Amino acid sequence: MMKKSALLACLLAGATMCSSAGAADLAIGLKSEATSMDPQFHQLSTNTQVLLNIFEPLTKQDPFQKVTPGLATKWESVNDTTWRFTLRGGVKFQNGSALSPRDVIYTYCRVPLVVNSPSSFTIYTAAILDVTADGKNAVLIKTDGANPLLPTDLSNLPILSADAAGADATVTYKPGGKCEGMGKVPQSVDFNSPAVAVGTGPYKLDRFVRGSEMVLTRYDGYWGTKPDWDKVTMRPITSDGPRIAALLSGDVDMIESPPIQDLKRVKDAGFKVIDALSNRIIYLALFQDSKATAPNINGTNGKNPLLDKRVREAISLAINREAIVARIMGGYAKVAGELLPPPMFGTNGRAVDKYDPKKAKELLTAAGYPDGFEITLGTPNDRYINDSQVAQAVAQMLVRIGIKTKVDAQTASQFFSRRNKLEFPMYLAGWGASSGEMSSPLKSLVATYDKKTGMGPTNAGRYSNPEMDKLLTAAMSTIDDAKREVMLGKAEKMVLDDYGIIPLHYEQTVWAMKKGLSYAARVDQYTIASDVHAAK
Amino acid sequence: MSDDALTAGLAPTATAEPLAADSPFKRLLHTFLEDKLAVIGLVLFTLVVLLAIFAPLIAPQNPYDLAQLDVLDGGLPPGSASMSTGGIYYLGTDEQGRDMLSAILYGLRISLLVATVSLAFAIAIGVTAGTMAAYFGGKIDSLIMRMVDLQLSFPAILIALILLALWGRGVDKVIIALVIVQWAYYARTVRSSAIVEARKDYIEAAHCLALSHSRIMFHHLLPNCLPPLIVVATVQIAQAIALEATLSFLGAGVPITEPSLGLLIANGYNYLLSGRYWVSLFPGIALVLTIVAINLVGDRLRDVFNPRLQK
Amino acid sequence: MIVYILRRIGQSLFALAAMAILVFIGVFAIGNPVDILVNPEANQAEIAATTARLGLDKPLWEQFARFVGHLFQGDLGTSFVYGRPAMEIILQRLPATMELAVTALILAVVIGVPLGVYAGLKPDSIGGRSVMAGSILGFSLPNFWQGLLLILIFAVLLGWLPAGGRGETVEVLGIRVSFLTLDGLRHMILPALNLALFKMSLVIRLTRANTREVCLQEYIKFARAKGLSSTRIVLVHILKNIMIPVVTILGLELGSMIAFAVVTETVFAWPGMGKLLIDSINLLDRPVIVAYLMLTVVIIVTINLIVDLLYSALDPRVRLSQVKA
Repeated sequence: MMKKSALLACLLAGATMCSSAGAADLAIGLKSEATSMDPQFHQLSTNTQVLLNIFEPLTKQDPFQKVTPGLATKWESVNDTTWRFTLRGGVKFQNGSALSPRDVIYTYCRVPLVVNSPSSFTIYTAAILDVTADGKNAVLIKTDGANPLLPTDLSNLPILSADAAGADATVTYKPGGKCEGMGKVPQSVDFNSPAVAVGTGPYKLDRFVRGSEMVLTRYDGYWGTKPDWDKVTMRPITSDGPRIAALLSGDVDMIESPPIQDLKRVKDAGFKVIDALSNRIIYLALFQDSKATAPNINGTNGKNPLLDKRVREAISLAINREAIVARIMGGYAKVAGELLPPPMFGTNGRAVDKYDPKKAKELLTAAGYPDGFEITLGTPNDRYINDSQVAQAVAQMLVRIGIKTKVDAQTASQFFSRRNKLEFPMYLAGWGASSGEMSSPLKSLVATYDKKTGMGPTNAGRYSNPEMDKLLTAAMSTIDDAKREVMLGKAEKMVLDDYGIIPLHYEQTVWAMKKGLSYAARVDQYTIASDVHAAK
Repeated sequence: MSDDALTAGLAPTATAEPLAADSPFKRLLHTFLEDKLAVIGLVLFTLVVLLAIFAPLIAPQNPYDLAQLDVLDGGLPPGSASMSTGGIYYLGTDEQGRDMLSAILYGLRISLLVATVSLAFAIAIGVTAGTMAAYFGGKIDSLIMRMVDLQLSFPAILIALILLALWGRGVDKVIIALVIVQWAYYARTVRSSAIVEARKDYIEAAHCLALSHSRIMFHHLLPNCLPPLIVVATVQIAQAIALEATLSFLGAGVPITEPSLGLLIANGYNYLLSGRYWVSLFPGIALVLTIVAINLVGDRLRDVFNPRLQK
Repeated sequence: MIVYILRRIGQSLFALAAMAILVFIGVFAIGNPVDILVNPEANQAEIAATTARLGLDKPLWEQFARFVGHLFQGDLGTSFVYGRPAMEIILQRLPATMELAVTALILAVVIGVPLGVYAGLKPDSIGGRSVMAGSILGFSLPNFWQGLLLILIFAVLLGWLPAGGRGETVEVLGIRVSFLTLDGLRHMILPALNLALFKMSLVIRLTRANTREVCLQEYIKFARAKGLSSTRIVLVHILKNIMIPVVTILGLELGSMIAFAVVTETVFAWPGMGKLLIDSINLLDRPVIVAYLMLTVVIIVTINLIVDLLYSALDPRVRLSQVKA
C-alpha cells in the first residue's frame, strides 16, 4: 500500500519531487544541522559528518574507526615525539591548486586562530610543537610528548586550501597560534562561500541555507573513486516523526536515526533499513566521592551506600539489560559488559553482568541495606536514543530490589550542567569514543578527576582508582599498539570488576533509505553522503 | 508560547450583558437544558470529572508506582494479557508496561488538576490586575499593562525551563508556569471590558456615594465584567491542557513517571507513525472528548448568560 | 497624542530592559552553555578556555554590563553557537516565519469569516451547529499532534503534499521567499494550515458571536424591514460591523504567530524564527535568546500600541487622556 501511495505521490507531484529518484541526485534528512561550513569552527559530529564530503584529513577512520590513509598515504613514527606523514600525490583542491605541505601546515596553524569557537579543535593541536615540510611530499610533526594517538587525532582535522584561504607563499608553524605567513585568516562565516570552503573531497559546496538545506555538487577532479551523485541535498529535520514522514512520502531518499519504533513500518513500506553497532555506550555513573556527601540519597543515615562495592554490584545485577534492549530499544541495541563494543581497540571480552535480582537483594542485605534506600536517577530526555525511557525501566528494576528510585528527566541543556555540578547520585549518560579506542572512555569517564592533568573531565561520579590511573597514563604514551591494547584492556577490567561504572548497552545506529541505495553503516554514527552509493 | 497559546482575543465575543439581579437560577438551568448537545456535553463532562476523581478506585493498576510496572509487558496491544500477573490490558500498554487505561484515568486527573488550578490562579491574578488597571488608570495602568506586554513576549517553554531549573520538576511547577503564562491574557481581557464599564453612569454614581475603591472595583465593576470571563475561561481550560501537553512535548512538562494526559500524548506522538496506535490514539481521544465536553457546556453557558439572544 | 506615544515608547524601553535582565538570569539558572556546547572529549583546560572565549567566566552582572555596553553600539551580541551576530541570524529567519504567519492568517480569515457569518445567521441549523462543533476541535487538539496527523494523512498516506521543509525559494529584493514557486506553495500548505486551524476556530467563534449581536441591532432590523436583500445586508451591514473586532484580534494574534510559531515550525522542519528560538533555548545560546525576545517585545508592544490607538478611535468613551497609560 505504501508503495502505491509513493507512486501516487510521484504522479501528483510531477517532476520536482521524483527527480530525487533518478540516479543523479540524492537527498538526505539529517537529525541536526551543521552550525558552520568551517571544518575548524565547532567540534561537533553534526558538522564533521557533513564537512567530510568537502574536506579530507590526512588520515581517515573507516566505518569501524580503523585509521586508514586519507590525504596521507603512509605515516611512521620517526622517534617517540616525531611523526612523518607522506602526502598523496596528484591530489588537486577543488579550486585547482595542488595539495602541498604548505596546506597541511596552514591547516594546523589556523586551528587556534578561529574566533568565537564554541568547541575548539585545539585539543588536537595543543600538543603539536612543530609542523615542517619534509621535501615536497611529506610533513614532519613534532609533539611535546609521546602521542600514539596522533594519526587518529589528525583524522579530525580536514586539510584546507592555503590558497583559497589567502595564505602567504610560505607558512611557518609556531605553537599557540603564533604561526607566520597566515595572511588574513578567514572566519567561520566566510566558509559559507564556495570560494573559501575549498577542500579535496568528492563534493563541492554549492550553497548552505541555515535551517533549510545544504547543497553539494560533484567534484569531477576528485582523486579517488568518482562520486555517485551530481547533486546531494542535506536537510535538517530534527523531529523524529516528520523525518520519517519525509522518507515515507519521498521527500528525501535517506534519513539518519529513524525512531526505532517505526522501523517495522518503514520496512513494510519497502524501504531498506541498515544498522550497525555504534561506539556509544550507555552507562550509569554512581557517586563515589568519599570526601563529599552524596546528593539526593535518603534512608541511609547520611551514609553514601554507593561507596560499598556490594551495593554497586547489586545495582548492576538488578538490571535486566536484555529486557531493556528488547522492549525499550526494540532490539536495536546490544547489552554491554564493557565501555566499548568488542572487538574494538582495548576491549577484553568481559562478560555482560547477568540479571540476578535474588543475588542483588542478598548483596544489598549483606551491605546493611535490607530495606534498600531512596535515590534519584538523573537522565537527559532528548540526548540519547529513548534515554528517559531507559532510565524509567532501570528505575523500575531497582525498585524491585528495594532501591526506591526517582527518575529526574531533563532536557540536555539542564542535565549536563547539573551533572557537572555533581547534583545526581546516579545518572544515565552515553559516551561515544571518537578515537575508537578504550583510552577515550577510560580517560574521560573513570580516571580520577584532575584539572591539572586533564584527566576524568566527565567523571561526575568521581570514581577514583589510583592503580588504574597509573596504568592508563602509561598506556597513553605507549606507541606500540599491541602493548597499549593489552594495558588498556587491563585498566578497563579493573574499573568494571570494581563496578566503578555500570555499562548498560551499546546503541545501534540505524539508517533508512530507498531500496536502490547502499551505505556502509559506521560505528561513529556519522552519515557521510559520499559513502552513499547506488546499489549495484 | 505555543502557536495556540493566545486567546485573549476572545474578549470581544464576550458581549454578554450584566446579569439581571432577579434572573432566577432555575430559569437559567431550564434554558441551558433546552439544548440537547449541551446536555450531552454536561453529562460527558460530569463523567470525565468523576472518572478523574475516582481514578485510583477504578484503575486496574497504579501507573505511577514503578513497582507495579513490568517492562516485559511493554508495548502490548489492546486486550493482551500481562505476562506476569495475567491481568488484561484493555487499552494496551506503553513501552514501560504501563496499562494505558489506568494511565489515561490518572493522566486525566493530573491534566484537569493542572488546568483548573492554574486557571483559577491565573484568573484571580489577571482579573485583579486588569480591574485595577482599568479602574485606576494612569501609572498603575501603564505598569500593569507593560508587565502584560512583557509576559506576552516571554515564551512558556522558557518559563517552564527556568522554574524546573530553580525548583526541580513537579506538577506544582507546571501549574506555576501555566499561571505565569496565562494571567496576562485575563488581565488584558478584563481591562478592555472594564475600561468601558468604568466610564458608565453606575460607576460614577458609586463614586458620588463615596464608596471605597475596593468596594467599587470588586462589588460593582468586576461583576459586570465577569460573563465574558466565564466564556473565555472555558476555552482557556482547553488551552491550558494543550499548553501542558506542548510543554511535555518540548521536554519540560510533568515528571515522566507521573504522566498527565498531555505527556501521554507527547509520548504517543513518537508512536503515531509506528504500528502502536494505541499509545497515542487513546489518550488523544480522551483529551478531545474532555475538551469538546467542556466547550459544549461553555458555548451554551455563553448563550444562556446573554439575555438578548434569548427567544 | 504624540506625547502619549512618546510616553508609551519610554515605558516600553523599561519592558525591554526587564526582558534582557530576565533572560540573563533565566539562562543562568537553567544551565551553563559551555556544558552543552563543548565537545565531550574536551578536558578541563579546554572547557575553561571555551568559557573564557564566550565571556562566561565573568560574574553575571559583568556579563550583563558588557551586553548593555555593546547594545548602545547597536550590537546585540554574538551567538555562542554560530559565532555570528545574533540579530543577523534572527533576521535571516524572519522572512520564512512572516510568510507562514501571513498565509495562516489569510487562511484563517478567508475560511473562518464566511463560516462564522453562516453559523451566526443560522445558529440552530445543522450546518451552523456542525461549524461550531468543528471549531471546538480546532482548538482542542494539541498543535504538535494535529501537525503530525496532517503529515500522516496528506504526506504519508495520500502523498499529496510534502512532509516538511521550505521547498524551492526565489529571491525577491534579497529575501528568499517560497510563495512565488509552485513547489514552495506546496510546502507551505500543511504548516500554514496547522498554524491557521486554531486561529480559524477563533475567527469562526468571533464572527458568529458578533454576527448574532449585530443581527439584533435596530439598523439591521430596519434594513430588513426596508426590504433589502439578505446578501446586501450580510455584505454591507454585518460584515462592516464585525470586521473591526476581528481585525483587532487578528492583529494581536499575528504578533504571537510571528513570535511563537515554535511548534509548527519544529514539526514541519520550517526554517523560521520559532525553530531558531527553540534550538537556541535547547543549546542555551543566550545572545540569540535575548535578541529574539527583545525583538518580540518590540513587536508585541507596537501591536498593542496600535490596538490601543484603534480602541480609542473606535470608542470615544475611551480617551487616551483618560487611559493615560
